[in-house]
Amino acid sequence: MTRNHPSTRPEHRKPAGATAMRLVVPLQGVVQGRGGLILGSLIPCALFYFLQFYLKRHRSPGPSSSDPPSPSTSSSNLAELPRTLSRSSLSSTRGSFGPARVSSRANSVAKPTDSLYYIGLDKVKQDPYHRTDNPEGIIQLGLAENNLCLDLFEKWVSENLTDSIMGTNGGDLSISSIAMYQPFDGMLELKVAMAGFMSQVMGQRASFDPSQIILTAGATPAIEILSFCVADHGNAFLVPTPYYPGFDRDVPLRTGVELIPVHCRSSDNFIFSISALDQAFNQARKRGVKVRGILISNPANPVGNILPRETIYDLLDFAREKNIHIISDEIYAGSTYGSEEFISMAEILDSEDFDKSRVHIVYGLSKDLCLPGFRVGVIYSYNESVLAAAKKLTRFASISALTQRLLIPMLSDTKFTQEYIETNRKRIKKMYDSFVAGLKQLGIKCANSSSGLYCWADMSDLIPSYSEKGELELWDQLLNIAKINVTPGSACHCIEPGWFRCCFTTLAQEDIPVVIERIRRVAETSTASG
Amino acid sequence: MVAILSKIATSDGHGEKSPYFDGWKAYENNPYHATENPDGVIQMGLAENQLCFDLVQDWLKNNPQASICSAEGLYKFRDIANFQDYHGLTEFRNAVANFMGRVRGNRVTFDSNRIVMSGGATGAHETVAFCLADPGDAFLVPTPYYTGFDRDLRWRTGVQLVPVPCDSSNGFKITRQALEAAYEKAKEDNIRIKGLLITNPSNPLGTFLDRDTLTSLVSFINEKNIHLICDEIYAATVFAGQPDFVSVSEIIEEENVVCNKDLIHVVYSLSKDMGFPGFRVGIIYSYNDAVVSCARKMSSFGLVSSQTQHLIAAMLSDNEFVDKFIAESAKRLATRYKQFTWGLEQVGIGCLKSNAGLFLWMDLRQLLKEQTFEAEISLWRVIINEVKLNVSPGSSFHCPNPGWFRVCFANMDYQMMEVALSRIRTFMLKNKESATPTTTRPKKKLCWQTSNLRLSFSSRRIDDIMMSPCMSPHSPLAQSPLVRARN
Repeated sequence: MTRNHPSTRPEHRKPAGATAMRLVVPLQGVVQGRGGLILGSLIPCALFYFLQFYLKRHRSPGPSSSDPPSPSTSSSNLAELPRTLSRSSLSSTRGSFGPARVSSRANSVAKPTDSLYYIGLDKVKQDPYHRTDNPEGIIQLGLAENNLCLDLFEKWVSENLTDSIMGTNGGDLSISSIAMYQPFDGMLELKVAMAGFMSQVMGQRASFDPSQIILTAGATPAIEILSFCVADHGNAFLVPTPYYPGFDRDVPLRTGVELIPVHCRSSDNFIFSISALDQAFNQARKRGVKVRGILISNPANPVGNILPRETIYDLLDFAREKNIHIISDEIYAGSTYGSEEFISMAEILDSEDFDKSRVHIVYGLSKDLCLPGFRVGVIYSYNESVLAAAKKLTRFASISALTQRLLIPMLSDTKFTQEYIETNRKRIKKMYDSFVAGLKQLGIKCANSSSGLYCWADMSDLIPSYSEKGELELWDQLLNIAKINVTPGSACHCIEPGWFRCCFTTLAQEDIPVVIERIRRVAETSTASG
Repeated sequence: MVAILSKIATSDGHGEKSPYFDGWKAYENNPYHATENPDGVIQMGLAENQLCFDLVQDWLKNNPQASICSAEGLYKFRDIANFQDYHGLTEFRNAVANFMGRVRGNRVTFDSNRIVMSGGATGAHETVAFCLADPGDAFLVPTPYYTGFDRDLRWRTGVQLVPVPCDSSNGFKITRQALEAAYEKAKEDNIRIKGLLITNPSNPLGTFLDRDTLTSLVSFINEKNIHLICDEIYAATVFAGQPDFVSVSEIIEEENVVCNKDLIHVVYSLSKDMGFPGFRVGIIYSYNDAVVSCARKMSSFGLVSSQTQHLIAAMLSDNEFVDKFIAESAKRLATRYKQFTWGLEQVGIGCLKSNAGLFLWMDLRQLLKEQTFEAEISLWRVIINEVKLNVSPGSSFHCPNPGWFRVCFANMDYQMMEVALSRIRTFMLKNKESATPTTTRPKKKLCWQTSNLRLSFSSRRIDDIMMSPCMSPHSPLAQSPLVRARN
């Protein structure tokens, strides 16, 4: 249509001089009072607008598509991916509409990750260390997994389970009862067993009511489900730093909830202050973002410390004052080895009079019980509406019935679980002591921590420059020269450069000297040149 | 101050306020048990496959190493317990790809690198929606369709569903005109259509698409450059003796088919074909690399337990077992289908001729007081409360025509089925006594039916029967213009 529009007739394509005359003549008319002023201003404006309109219509790919919401770099990513066309869609009768468009979420996820946490994990996969088969490989210190107590399970299973798990003996535990639809939020017997186990893990200082438990396929969906329940797209959570890098991927990806870091300092042993929370809350409000909750890990990851009682009180007061939620990820509650006792939100709420309706606890069996593969997570909430909504959302993330059947007798065997918890603590402590002592030999100090599967090491003396860039260079040297994968503080949003998280529970005792030697390689060259 | 919750938590997006769930509640309050509660409500609203557990039980007995809790399998415990890579165990992906191929008669092969896990098919559908569409975008869905889509595809994703009505007058076939009309109307309403979602074999119809129709759907989505999501969760429930199921994966490999494979995505699960809903094994199989990558990252929100992966890997790579299972399951489903439909025919109830699925699509139009959805719901309440069967009314599947009900038959043993049939028989006889002339079947029909051999009975004849007296063009009940198609 626009091709034939009178305004786009060839007259405006004539040489500039002719065009200029077209403007000048009506303007001359103005001088002579012939209304040329109007024409003189209208014609160029009209030409301008119609030119834009014409160009816009013929630039768009086709009438059925609209501008993609994501930047063009993402679209070109899609175009570069190997496409398996049997015949090009160009031959279809309506012509090509361009590549198949996916959602903006998919576009953002398609970009290669820039998180060193994930890059490091991938590198290890390509060249993993093995004491005999690949002694020059990269040693994994970046994954918080606990391999120290798997032998205890093997013993328990061989003593307690025969074919009853698989139901080959018929009866109540037959395959038909295991394989059929179960309540999405978990079998009642498992909730009861889990409530008891959680209480045991926390030294019986907190009690858990099975009716407030929602079971999920891992802690990852537990956090996502809670996020969906307490916040809308575009809202935000305050998250004290340094924090678990996985939050960056797991929370905002589908919920659209923003994570706002609240920086903590080594001078406070990385424990957040209420004033910092308050400041972050107000800054968010100024830019029109509603903060709906605070997300904390307690015991902390990556630092490994435990929140003091007073800080928890202050946090609860703050949350009540601002009318926001607290999501407390307590997944390392059973991995404590220091002299400090872990204090759960549940312990405080049991004994003190705080508003419970805004507190939600996340737990799981991936860390304390070394069973990440089984996908077992827990939402524990005091808010009936959150429980009701979360229960319905577990249809997307339920625990396999087969696994539930294995865990019910295991977690109910309180003698076994007590022995396990104590042994686990001892073994973690032993590894921690050896590892930290080894680092000390190199002059590397660690933060004061008493839990977790890692230590938080201060390597700021080894970094070439006291900056994120310097930290990155050291990380790179550790990965490629020392051949160990550790998690740099910047991946955890730590405000102070030079801190690294080193997980030691995937190692055997004899691996520790190897690790220390390798770090020494880099440490010595750094201090020599630094 | 009361803690504020999200819109998702406080909305009705979970769909549990629909009347559909009243049937569930009636069952839960008074569930049938052969000895302890013989007058209870029989569950016929849950599409479960319980016909072949004995085969699975035998296999498990003979393959203890598949379980990490047996003496033979314990040595794998620590590796499996520790394994949380979201790619899944290699042997699991290989086994699932192998199984999917065998279910389709080895007419197509699946690439194990495209197998992505999810929390059941429920999780798979939600994840695919998150990958393909932004909030406000829409998918076309032919009606009648599985009620769960309203929740699974829309609740957290913000995506809409635009129904494409399929009418009983042509056997609920998906027509090109209906697709075009729905697409154009959505465009007029400024709704951006991102894809077409089909369930093939269909839930609730139990039919599967023939080659031509499926090819025409593929060309439709290519023309519009929209995605095609094929839920093939019932692929192995095709009854023995029926034509082969044609998967979309076969169609796109054909030489004369023009298709941008980036638009094709298959949702699968072991819940129906194998009868393992409790294992939560959902599979996304996409031909689009960006979707595979995105879905894989999102699979962290619903990974399959490594213990389950290990078991399934062993079971589904045992080709002898798999072939035997598929064949036997198909036979048992066929038998159960014939038994049930025959029992219904005895009392003059017809069903849509179907060849797959764990249910049948029962035609009770002749029992409606008027051809409206209100009448359908009243009839449904009668069926639940008096006949004591939890069946699912067509309106819960967005069926455009009232009077149809989905009845599940594979979640019970033979005895329970007989009880259900006898209750229906009793109800129909009672109904006949008090019915008006137009709803009473003439005696000659009974004689005609009893003379039929069970095996040779074709349901086309049922349609003939149902079309005469009750559904003849002269009947005031048939195809009344007063019937409002629900969208």
